[in-house]
Amino acid sequence: MTALMPLLTSRWGNPESWTLKAYEATGGYEALAAALKMEPAAIIDTVKDSGLRGRGGAGFPTGVKWSFLPPPDGGPRYLVVNADESEPGTCKDIPLMMADPHSLLEGVIITSFAIGCHHAFIYLRGEVVHVYRRLLNAVREAKQAGLLGNNIKGSGFDLEVTVHTGAGAYICGEETALLDSLEGRRGQPRLKPPFPAVAGLYARPTVVNNVESIASVPWIVKNGADWWKSIGTEKSTGVAIYSLSGHVERPGQYEAPLGITMRELLELAGGVRQGHQLKFWMPGGSSTPMFTPEQLDVPLDYDSVAAAGSMLGTRALQCFDETVCVVRAVSRWMDFYAHESCGKCTPCREGTFWLRSVLRRIEAGGGRPEDMQILQDIPKSIVGRAFCPLGDGAPSALTSSLKFFPEEYARHIELGACPFDHAASYLFEAVTL
Amino acid sequence: MSYAPETLRALKRDASQIMARYPSPRSALLPMLHLTQSIDGYVSPDAIAFCAETLDLTASEVSAVATFYSQFKRQPNGQYTLGVCITSLCGLMGGDAIYERLSEYLGVGNDQTTDDGLFTLEKIECNAACDYAPVMMVNWEFFDNQTPTSAVEVVEALRAGRPCRPTRGPDQVPTFKEVSRTLAGFDDGLANQGPSAGAPSVVGKDLAAAQGGTSVVADAAGSAPAPGAADKEADK
Repeated sequence: MTALMPLLTSRWGNPESWTLKAYEATGGYEALAAALKMEPAAIIDTVKDSGLRGRGGAGFPTGVKWSFLPPPDGGPRYLVVNADESEPGTCKDIPLMMADPHSLLEGVIITSFAIGCHHAFIYLRGEVVHVYRRLLNAVREAKQAGLLGNNIKGSGFDLEVTVHTGAGAYICGEETALLDSLEGRRGQPRLKPPFPAVAGLYARPTVVNNVESIASVPWIVKNGADWWKSIGTEKSTGVAIYSLSGHVERPGQYEAPLGITMRELLELAGGVRQGHQLKFWMPGGSSTPMFTPEQLDVPLDYDSVAAAGSMLGTRALQCFDETVCVVRAVSRWMDFYAHESCGKCTPCREGTFWLRSVLRRIEAGGGRPEDMQILQDIPKSIVGRAFCPLGDGAPSALTSSLKFFPEEYARHIELGACPFDHAASYLFEAVTL
Repeated sequence: MSYAPETLRALKRDASQIMARYPSPRSALLPMLHLTQSIDGYVSPDAIAFCAETLDLTASEVSAVATFYSQFKRQPNGQYTLGVCITSLCGLMGGDAIYERLSEYLGVGNDQTTDDGLFTLEKIECNAACDYAPVMMVNWEFFDNQTPTSAVEVVEALRAGRPCRPTRGPDQVPTFKEVSRTLAGFDDGLANQGPSAGAPSVVGKDLAAAQGGTSVVADAAGSAPAPGAADKEADK
């Protein structure tokens, strides 16, 4: 049995955990003090050597990403933290920044020092105002304490941090759309190359990292790459936050070494909703192919989940029991992608629109026999043909559900109705209606 | 622009503070649109003109941005946005029923505002609180684990001017205009209100502590624990 290992989540829930005082009382900013005595290149090497992989979904090695920056040319280079957490099911960065904003800030300062950045940005989605308050407060406290600004702790290193709010657009989680949005434009993805490392924010070398990745950096700097590597698996090192939601007894955040299984996590979470059985689950958010109870023993690390046909993504483990109509769930996700498609490229804009239309009619009882083929065909015109990963991920739930539950779609079409009682899935007693 | 002179002066002062946060003034556009919503309750034609003039953009460039983002409103918004999450997980766990109930109770549909200007009902997409499903956001403050009844109670409290506290947020839900100013980056002094976290956020941490395991910050300064040492041994 893999044991839980709260590191990034360890301060959550403590009294006034969001304050500088509470953070420093629990070892906060000690890693920064150590980092400022290191050579910047040595910090990059430590993070590279730790094997830390991006926690925002793609799993790209963080230190390697940093090392892609071209040599300094005297002009600015930027760190931009992707705090636009919006992938359905993903709910780890928001509580991290609400409870422990200084841990992110410490990671930001160390990373900026390592890559030679003097103005860092945290791009926060706009729909979480209390998190914004906590981040602004943390920046203010850090500035007053000499942890930000000029000559940080006497090191000669200067850093400004701007916390920026978006205004409601899932696409801004895509790093180049985020950069356009941060430049005051519509959040639409850019053509790559050039990659942000070469021409990112204001066309300058830029590193874009997820909140959880950056908040892991102080732990690695403080305790060493070897320690981090001793946790998790060979290719998925360290701890990560697993977010369980839906039909489980104790939904919430479970931080554990990478490679823990869903069976183990479900046991920790008290199992599936009492009196019910697991029907399907999403391993890494709604853009990753679904799993069924068959995959409960797949180690939840990057490579094992990929080998099993899905993606670790953001470890957003959404659980659905037997009361849930898979057609309805998938239809609702397609509503999401059609709503959030930025409209820049035709395959995604049109493809999600038509998939939404067909799924809605099947769910509402107006499905036609030929719809089964249409649902197979349209994704082929989107995946691999879209401008950015939003399009590539949009049909994942649909395509995997057709593989696992084809009969459920057929049944809707035959009956001309949805055979499920939707109220049976509610987490409150239908009586309260 | 039909802003009163003193309003315009204040807007200009605030806008220059926002622009000072960025190496390039255009980056101020999103926060400035939030700021104008704190005056007009939506992105008004005046707001478009003001942002365009201030940032040396055309009105159509500003409109193109304003219409891209769902938090920017094209009609005067209610004092309180009731955002019910209807994305797959929250929706199926009961968000659908909550939305229906509120729609019936208020007599408005999606993105519509009650005649008294108090409430705008909105179907929202995933707000990163899935472990608290079903979730309702009131002016972008978290109301966790809602039921149709609890959602109506929130509305009744706000309508009657009774105290109304988000689950994870300040002691009292601010108005749409107040929150819009906060989102433009102006301190409202409320950061120290509300909890550190809700129960689901700490469920794993508490369980680890109960198991006498590896809770780290207990021994503070993170002298590195030997993580799951027993497991590693067992694996060998």
